[in-house]
Amino acid sequence: MSTNDVELRQDIALQVRNLNFYYGNFKGLKGINLDIERHRVTAFIGPSGCGKSTLLRTFNRMFDLYPGQRAEGEIIFNGKNILDKKQDVNLVRAKIGMVFQKPTPFPMSIYENIAFGVRLYEKLSTPEMNDRVEWALRKAALWDEVKGKLQQSGLSLSGGQQQRLCIARAVAVKPEVVLLDEPTSALDPISTAKVEELIYELKSEYTIAIVTHNMQQAARISDYTAFMYLGDLIEFGATDQMFIKPQQKQTEEYITGRFG
Amino acid sequence: MDPATMVGQVSSMVGKSMEQTDVHSARVKVFQWQDGVFHKVTLLFALLVLAGLFGILVSLAIEAIPALREFGPSFVWTNVWNVPEEKFGAVIAIYGTVVTSLIALFIAVPVSFGIALFLTETCPAWLRRPLGTAIELLAGVPSIIYGIWGLFIFAPLFSEHVQPYLQGAFGSIPVVGGWFSGPPIGIGILAAGIVLALMVIPFIASVMRDVFETVPSVLKESAYGVGCTTWEVVWNVVLPYTRVGVVGGVMLGLGRALGETMAVTFVIGNANRITGSLFAPGNSIASVLANEFGEASPGLHVSSLFALGLVLFVITFIVLSLSRWLIRRGTVKQGH
Repeated sequence: MSTNDVELRQDIALQVRNLNFYYGNFKGLKGINLDIERHRVTAFIGPSGCGKSTLLRTFNRMFDLYPGQRAEGEIIFNGKNILDKKQDVNLVRAKIGMVFQKPTPFPMSIYENIAFGVRLYEKLSTPEMNDRVEWALRKAALWDEVKGKLQQSGLSLSGGQQQRLCIARAVAVKPEVVLLDEPTSALDPISTAKVEELIYELKSEYTIAIVTHNMQQAARISDYTAFMYLGDLIEFGATDQMFIKPQQKQTEEYITGRFG
Repeated sequence: MDPATMVGQVSSMVGKSMEQTDVHSARVKVFQWQDGVFHKVTLLFALLVLAGLFGILVSLAIEAIPALREFGPSFVWTNVWNVPEEKFGAVIAIYGTVVTSLIALFIAVPVSFGIALFLTETCPAWLRRPLGTAIELLAGVPSIIYGIWGLFIFAPLFSEHVQPYLQGAFGSIPVVGGWFSGPPIGIGILAAGIVLALMVIPFIASVMRDVFETVPSVLKESAYGVGCTTWEVVWNVVLPYTRVGVVGGVMLGLGRALGETMAVTFVIGNANRITGSLFAPGNSIASVLANEFGEASPGLHVSSLFALGLVLFVITFIVLSLSRWLIRRGTVKQGH
């Protein structure tokens, strides 16, 4: 596919082309090609070590932090290749937010947890910032639970609340894409349900890519599913089709629990 | 199997299990005895620490009594140290101790922060280990070596190349100019502070590095994930997260600077007076003790030296309490 084609497709948020990823000499991703559609939820499933988290971490170049990890190929975002060394990595990360497996509130107040990221790229007056914080917390369905204690430490919240705080934090900087790396694996069922609802709400405004170990979760919340195995993208397609009638034998075996 | 043999078997089984219970309870007794002994022995070791601390405090206080009786509490703030006339006050030595230590921290804290930041965040992997080892080695250099180096190499260079420049740069500014007035002779309060800074940098830097490494990488990643630069991550996330450890490291450095004896004795100049200038020679508590104990005549002089030791003890205690308080206040503020 030529770059011209790439730019014509406005409904695509991220276009991955011939992506290879290396941990030192080990090849973690092998020639991945994939389009992530705008304002849809794309789920990545596969057994541990298949490269799904690795793939997610190339989307915001998180691997840059670790010497010895490198990616080759193209990830086109707004017409530019994210992997291009000239691309400012901080700007990319402001546009492509990430939420991690474990809740990671910053060691500051709930208010500051949200305002901190916003302040990096926008100059807002105090009332504007208050509005933004409320807006983000409402988006994350957390506002009603924390509105009376915004000055308390983010660490004082429960695990599920902390994770929603992290989602609010990611949303507050108004990114285009939100990457979720197993966001509910450390949460109880009720918190998980809340986060899943949230993901559903968020997709009208954001493009969402989620890594999950939970097949039911992928089936429940995603529009597209990618099945990965040993660094290869085995199958990628609409979630309904994938779970009802997978094209590949490996996919079927994994989904039905025969390996993985 | 007929019922009789069955009964026999059952009863023998019961007997067996009772036997086992006896063995069991015997072993439990042994365990309890072992645990008890272990507890007592470790308790004894821990009490040794308290006994040592208390013993030092009491013996210092007893020896200091004649001086404290003679001069009263004003010993602490009297600006005189006159051996022939047997007039003693602690403020000269306190001033030297506190000022040199503050200079040391003023230089060492930012430098150590930079070292720790580089080592944990931006250092290429191949350099990390050699640099870390070098810092640990630097911490192991005996203080007398710093003293010799300070006196014979650093002080001459300092008086020739640095002090005139400092005078030129700051000499005309009010207040600050006073700090850099007087003859640039190398040795003095400032030289002692700088040598102390070099000595405490490895301590503070290695503690800071260790605590920076305890920050979960996922926490740093999430800060990078909202678009932070390395500096923003360190300043806003790593430092607040490790605040307790960082304060601890700084206090460790301060504790070492306050009590450091040999290196300071070499370069501080050993003059019993306070002048406003940092270029002037002075004396610290530890250097006074090191210099004068050998030839002090029994009586008021020795007793005054003990009283000085007591003062140093109290200063160290205050510093420690202050750091505890700072840490606790910070923790409360953060809402844990």
